[in-house]
Amino acid sequence: MDSQAIATQPTPGHEEHQAHPPHLRHHFATVEQQRETASFGMWLFLLTEIMFFGGLFTAYLIYRNWYYPAFVAGSHQLSIFLGTLNTAVLICSSFTMAMGVHAAELRKRKELVGWLLATIFLGCVFLGIKADEYHEKWEKHHVPGLNFSVQDFTHPSVKYKEEPPLPLDMAEKTQVYFSLYFAMTGMHALHMIIGVSILLILVVRAWAGAYTTGHMTTIENFGLYWHFVDIVWIFLFPLLYLISRHQ
Amino acid sequence: MSEHKVNEVLDTEPTHHSEHIVGPKVYGVIFGALLFFTGLTVAASYVEMYVFNAVVALAIACIKAVLVILFFMHVKYSSRLTKLTVAAGFFTFIVLITMSMTDYISRAWGLW
Repeated sequence: MDSQAIATQPTPGHEEHQAHPPHLRHHFATVEQQRETASFGMWLFLLTEIMFFGGLFTAYLIYRNWYYPAFVAGSHQLSIFLGTLNTAVLICSSFTMAMGVHAAELRKRKELVGWLLATIFLGCVFLGIKADEYHEKWEKHHVPGLNFSVQDFTHPSVKYKEEPPLPLDMAEKTQVYFSLYFAMTGMHALHMIIGVSILLILVVRAWAGAYTTGHMTTIENFGLYWHFVDIVWIFLFPLLYLISRHQ
Repeated sequence: MSEHKVNEVLDTEPTHHSEHIVGPKVYGVIFGALLFFTGLTVAASYVEMYVFNAVVALAIACIKAVLVILFFMHVKYSSRLTKLTVAAGFFTFIVLITMSMTDYISRAWGLW
């Protein structure tokens, strides 16, 4: 018997007990066991994500020690206001997502849809502010490889007059800072875009009642993903924006 | 009660047992704490602390991350398997970072 035939044949197991609800897979005894298994798998995925972002963070720490003055000068070009605002927006979106999971636990369909929509909205606000910051980098010629000039660092403008001008070779190294800035925030933004895309699908399915009549493991595991992306930003924000304000 | 009857009862209940449901009150408190720590880390970055600026910023970030993991991600209320998985993951991650950094700072030991 080929595998397809196995899948379509009624299995002997089904005759022994009553049919299980569609949201409970045959090989799980209870919804709770199914939930635990899915949650375990989701955490394993998130651990690979931690290793992935961890590599970027390690690169950042080592290069920051290596080209310290360049990293200080580079980070001074970021807007603390926009960074703080975006952190607050992302924390709000984590809160709305947590409330969404709570609504699904209580099987409240409209509340769930509302919280998910709020999360989508806040995610888009975050991406919009990020896009504005990227645009500013482009205008200031701070995009390594595409549009870069050391002018701001060898001859600091009046606006940054407390800043000592960097020698040319160190000023060139600000490209390392901005490369890592774009790699880390870009990879984070990509995770946000993927998250918002999945949320759009979840909202449609939640409206149809998929998570308030069956099980809500999908919502719960997506919540884990969304909070993980929030945690990545919680570390990116101080490392990229804050820690060099004084030197 | 036969096994499938037990399953049916479980399926009509919310997915979690009631004592595992984290209420809006907890989420609200954690949300407020996260915003507070965000403000604190920004304020701390304006205070001259030399090398400790980075230490303080990372310490606050770690506190925020732990709050998110324990409460928003429900790890505090999860099974031992989940707790062990998360702890093992972070432990491995810290080992990797520490080993890389140890190697990096000791390559030119005594040559500076």
